[in-house]
Amino acid sequence: MFDNIGLFVETISKGLLLTVEATLGGIVIATILSFVFGLAMLSRLRLVRAIARIYVEFWRGTSEVVQLLWIYFALPVLIGYQIMPLVAGIVVLGLNFGAYGAEIVRGAVQSVPKAQYEGCIALNLTPAQRMRRVILPQSLVEMVPPFNNLFIQLLKGSALLTMITVHEMTYQAREVLITRHVSQAATIWTIVLLFYLVLAILITFGMRLLELWAGRLVGRKPPQRGLLSALRSRRGRAAAITDAAVAGIGHTSDRSGGDR
Amino acid sequence: MIRFDDVVKRFGDVVVLDELNFSVAPGEFVTLIGPSGSGKTTILRLLMTLEKVTSGQIFVDGECLSHMQRGSRLVPADEKYQRKVRQRIGMVFQQFNLFPNMKVLQNLTEAPIRSLGLSRAEAEERALELLELVGLTEKVNAHPSQLSGGQQQRVAIARALAMRPDMLLLDEVTSALDPELVAGVLALLKDIASSTDITFLCVTHEMNFARDVSDRVLMFDHGQIVEDAVPDKLFSEPDHERTRTFLRAVLERG
Ligand SMILES: Nc1ncnc2c1ncn2[C@@H]1O[C@H](COP(=O)(O)OP(=O)(O)O)[C@@H](O)[C@H]1O
Ligand SMILES: [Mg+2]
Repeated sequence: MFDNIGLFVETISKGLLLTVEATLGGIVIATILSFVFGLAMLSRLRLVRAIARIYVEFWRGTSEVVQLLWIYFALPVLIGYQIMPLVAGIVVLGLNFGAYGAEIVRGAVQSVPKAQYEGCIALNLTPAQRMRRVILPQSLVEMVPPFNNLFIQLLKGSALLTMITVHEMTYQAREVLITRHVSQAATIWTIVLLFYLVLAILITFGMRLLELWAGRLVGRKPPQRGLLSALRSRRGRAAAITDAAVAGIGHTSDRSGGDR
Repeated sequence: MIRFDDVVKRFGDVVVLDELNFSVAPGEFVTLIGPSGSGKTTILRLLMTLEKVTSGQIFVDGECLSHMQRGSRLVPADEKYQRKVRQRIGMVFQQFNLFPNMKVLQNLTEAPIRSLGLSRAEAEERALELLELVGLTEKVNAHPSQLSGGQQQRVAIARALAMRPDMLLLDEVTSALDPELVAGVLALLKDIASSTDITFLCVTHEMNFARDVSDRVLMFDHGQIVEDAVPDKLFSEPDHERTRTFLRAVLERG
């Protein structure tokens, strides 16, 4: 039963690069959109707030699968130009997760104590200086844990790209391996799960580093434990990730947005 | 020069300041005392443009805080106008409000560089002088979170002074400090008051300090001035029963 493991790992590995590319691409776009629309939701201008709100509600409130199929199959008909599957996938992941991320950014910025705004006014900083130099840097440390959850969700969401023929890990398993080794489906899918798990752990590791950095930025002492044990993390954080996995992303971002 | 002209401030239905009139002359040290909730903080926050008046006007050096002239009309002040008027005013808060994402030095140089347009070198020179004045030269590269409350408040005072304000608003700046740190901060303020011509508007419950440094003391109750007198008079032989009971209560509390 374990004869083919080498072959399975090798075949799935062929999809690894595409999964990583789709995930990283999605993370970059989602992060940019999160900040743009998260800050736009806090704008003093009603119109700007309204536009941001529409973006968030649209991409959060429609099915990810349908978004994907729409961009890949419907949009080309409208614009008369076929988009590369990977590009379409990255764009949808970015737009979709950017909508959740915008709520994270908004919540984190709002969690910075009012006293900090008042300190800025007393020192006569402009609203832009205030945001860029004082408020945003302080909000980063609040954003990192929910973004960690979000990015892991995004990684897992990249499996949907199999539907638009991106040959990522799930595609390799489903279209290449299962068709030939259907009796070993359990082994194949277990290997795929482990691949995703390792990638998720890598994301968490990177985000922990980012959290330590953001914490140092606001003068928080790094925990006494080493990085590796920090990865195992405080109970709360681990539980939050599990919750997120169970409850789905909307729940997580609501909670992080509403913190304090 | 600060002048309040029939200033009313309401939060919802609650009248916090009721047709308040008073003025503060340049270089004067005026202390506001009175029971909690009497509107002292609100006065400072109005001056710092952290709140807006409900009606009436506040003048700083003859310029209205809430309105500006456009043509022949008075219109609500815009951000740019407010920043110009606000430039002369500094404030020190009860909870310090230092920026935790900046080291002590940067807390002191950020606004002078960005708001006053000083060069980094000028701003740092000024910051180091001020850190010397407040006795924290060795903390120049510390994070605010590494400082005691007293040290943080000294940094906050230095940070306000770095903007070279004409007026300094102090809102119970020692109330959040451990008792043994209070005297040091008060001594520093006294030192600054006597060595500069900054106008002070100071809210405090430290009556000995108020008596020692003030040119004038205003006793507040329910958003109105009960008594306005030089400290010796107000603390020794107040005209009003309300002042007497308040002072007695403060003394008993210690
Ligand atoms: N933002 C606010 N919203 C509603 N009520 C407020 C607000 N700020 C102050 N108040 C009320 O105004 C009154 C005066 O408050 P304050 O100026 O802080 O008094 P003091 O500094 O003398 O203790 C209090 O009754 C307080 O509850
Ligand atoms: Mg107060």
